[in-house]
Amino acid sequence: METKVNLIPIHVMGKQYMVPDTLTVMKAMEYAGYQLTRGCGCRGGICGACGIAFRLPDSYKIEVGLACQAMAQPGMYLAVLPFFPNKRGIHDLNKVKAAVDTFKALYPEVFKCVSCNTCTKSCPMSIEVMDYINAVIRGDIVQAAELSFDCVMCGLCTSRCPAEISHANVAILARRLYGSQITPRAEHLAKQVEQVKAGKFNEGLDQLKKADVNKLKELYKAREAEPDNTPDEWAPKSNDYL
Amino acid sequence: MPYTPELKQLIKKVEATRPERVRRKKEGKEMPAMSLEERQAVLDAFHPDCKKTSKRSIGVGVNKGYAISPEIVDQLESKSRVNPDQVDLNPRFTTDVLVVGGGGAGVAAAIMAKEHGAKVLILTKLRVGDANTMMAEGGIQSSSKLHKDSPYYHYLDVLGGGHFKNVPELAEALVGDAPETLAWLESLGCMFTKDPDGRLLTIHGGGTCRKRMHYAADITGAEIMRTLRDEALNFPEDIKVIDFTSAVELVLNDQGQCAGVVAYNHETEEYFTIKAKAVIMATGGSGRLHIQNFMTTNHYGATGDGLVMGYRAGVELNFLHTVQFHPTGVSYPDQIEGLLLTEKFRGMGANILNIDAEQFVFEREPRDVEAAAFIRECEERKKGIATPSGKVGVWLDSPMIDDLKGKGTVEKEFVGKWKLYMRHDIDISKEPMLTYPTLHYQNGGLKINARSETSLPGLYAAGEVAGGIHGENRLMGNSLLDVCVFGRRAGRSAAEFVKSGAKDGKLGLEHVKKYHQELEAAGIGGGRVSPMLLPDYGNPDVRKNQITTCYLGTIR
Ligand SMILES: Cc1cc2nc3c(=O)[nH]c(=O)nc-3n(C[C@H](O)[C@H](O)[C@H](O)COP(=O)(O)OP(=O)(O)OC[C@H]3O[C@@H](n4cnc5c(N)ncnc54)[C@H](O)[C@@H]3O)c2cc1C
Ligand code: FES
Repeated sequence: METKVNLIPIHVMGKQYMVPDTLTVMKAMEYAGYQLTRGCGCRGGICGACGIAFRLPDSYKIEVGLACQAMAQPGMYLAVLPFFPNKRGIHDLNKVKAAVDTFKALYPEVFKCVSCNTCTKSCPMSIEVMDYINAVIRGDIVQAAELSFDCVMCGLCTSRCPAEISHANVAILARRLYGSQITPRAEHLAKQVEQVKAGKFNEGLDQLKKADVNKLKELYKAREAEPDNTPDEWAPKSNDYL
Repeated sequence: MPYTPELKQLIKKVEATRPERVRRKKEGKEMPAMSLEERQAVLDAFHPDCKKTSKRSIGVGVNKGYAISPEIVDQLESKSRVNPDQVDLNPRFTTDVLVVGGGGAGVAAAIMAKEHGAKVLILTKLRVGDANTMMAEGGIQSSSKLHKDSPYYHYLDVLGGGHFKNVPELAEALVGDAPETLAWLESLGCMFTKDPDGRLLTIHGGGTCRKRMHYAADITGAEIMRTLRDEALNFPEDIKVIDFTSAVELVLNDQGQCAGVVAYNHETEEYFTIKAKAVIMATGGSGRLHIQNFMTTNHYGATGDGLVMGYRAGVELNFLHTVQFHPTGVSYPDQIEGLLLTEKFRGMGANILNIDAEQFVFEREPRDVEAAAFIRECEERKKGIATPSGKVGVWLDSPMIDDLKGKGTVEKEFVGKWKLYMRHDIDISKEPMLTYPTLHYQNGGLKINARSETSLPGLYAAGEVAGGIHGENRLMGNSLLDVCVFGRRAGRSAAEFVKSGAKDGKLGLEHVKKYHQELEAAGIGGGRVSPMLLPDYGNPDVRKNQITTCYLGTIR
């Protein structure tokens, strides 16, 4: 099913190359002969290393995207933004509170947001960026954390923001405050940590470490399997080694 | 790219058999799993590890005679990228602990080393976080539900997965540290998926007897990685970062200790020395070596560099004779080829189908068996689906998850992948996905002990670059755990070594010279150099015209 290659012109930082129209910008650049040493990480749209800015021929619009995700389009003019200077409000998470004042101190520029929504429009992950910035301004850290959860921290929003906000760093602060201070800690996990520290499982583990392969296989086969569709309360028949 | 008209035509067949398959599944009528004999047969004939050509003996060094993937052997049987006599060994940077690799293991190690009083430098090839850790989706294992699970059962699962070959002390460290490590991540603010009362949600993974897979939606690795990175970057006085710079050799001193690295600045193309009292190797895996030409789930920098550097310095390798392939990698659209489609799709009921929309394998066989069955269906039975670029795949019928569990389930449970495919105009809650096995995980690596020490004093290893914890086969969710557990252990051990064990001495690369002599004596290696650092995806047609004979002026 080999289909014939349709070549289109693209302009990589001003220079034209003919590339197949089935490629992402990243692969199109490689096709053109680039060997990437920057602006490339996961190649799968999750690490945020490969920001680009581009313009299409008959448009005035500056668009942004991820090179590993955006398709090469006829006549596009593109520049690679593998690094964008972001501001970081240095802090020790243990010493800051989950409150709007923390953001006022570390990221005062957030409060100068002009609500232009350019950040949201430029997000390759379709995150409601402006909405989470507004949530921070209202002091609603929970909403800021939840709305920004898919952020890959590519910084493209920052590159377009008239208020010069470093959105991704603001968002991760909100998420870390949410995760560490707002949601209740898992009590069962804390108990398990205590039990391990108290040495409760040492004897069982010692036995396993010393067991020969046949014994291990026997124990392995005899494990009681938790069924797939039972509620969390399911308990095994044997309490041994728990 | 959306599906082509040809592929859309084939999808009609899938839609035609779906109602019947959904009905059977609802009634609990599953396609039968293979017997142990059938499994062995398909593995022997079709699993990439079992092919006769899949192994070659290493010709030099401490593991001489050990047969592993030829692609890795090629890296080992190569000369250094530099002539060791030319390297300027006057250090440009000096630190207590040098961490090589800014993935999960490296950054966890850096944070711990700092907490134990060391000044840390992270050297990383791309940016901190451009790493396999960022890409993990499914989850992280730990026993945490007291009424039904404990490190004891976790240990049994780890060993069963690893064919009972795991190093016991390492497996014990893994399961024993697990709860504390998970609680640490929670305290750093990782948003694990929880009940409103804080109770962590857990699911099964392949080979678990208790539901102990904790997760953060379907981007668990990204959540862990960006949190660790944020923590490390908040202590710029104690943890410095040099990115877009690779380590290419370890440096030893005349006290017989590891005392730094030779680094390579990708932009200025110069090599320079970093001196350290202890070095932590955390360079991750090697998917980008494309073993047997398989596509890979791994990030761009996963080229096995740490194996090469460690091996030249005399550190033993173990468990590299098995490689983990994941059955469901993306084979269409090309833009995302090789990317992982988590096991959870099949866990939630999606069938596997051939070109005629027939089920040919139960969707929840162990990873290796499932992968081998896909290869058999495509290679031997010729019932795979061809893609426009000449690849092949089988269907993973995701839309049936919505039929089974209710409309909107796919979009909610697999939001990352749903969005990714939507960018290519494919709605995976309505159209199935084309998949094929993909190179996923390096099961083995540098030999370590439970303190994350290698046999070379001052050198530690943690994460995918290390071997032994998972034996011959790692289970889902135990790698993110291993990265954090042994990253933390390595950080602690290295910081202690800085205080008590490290001796100053004259820096040298004698081990590299000696290795070169061995290669020459054995007459192997040809003109190869390693580590690879980055794979070459440049266009060969362009390459053949890059014929500058030597540097002149600023243009190469
Ligand atoms: C797609 C995918 C999904 C996965 N899903 C899961 C899952 O659900 N659960 C689970 O437990 N595990 C999962 N894994 C496995 C797990 O994510 C990895 O094994 C683990 O994160 C590896 O961590 P690491 O820190 O050892 O390596 P990495 O995270 O890969 O980090 C290595 C770092 O070292 C750098 N580096 C490499 N060479 C050099 C050099 N020469 N000099 C300097 N720096 C260098 C790299 O650039 C990178 O930053 C998955 C893996 C992939 C690829
Ligand atoms: S390379 Fe990671 S997002 Fe594009």
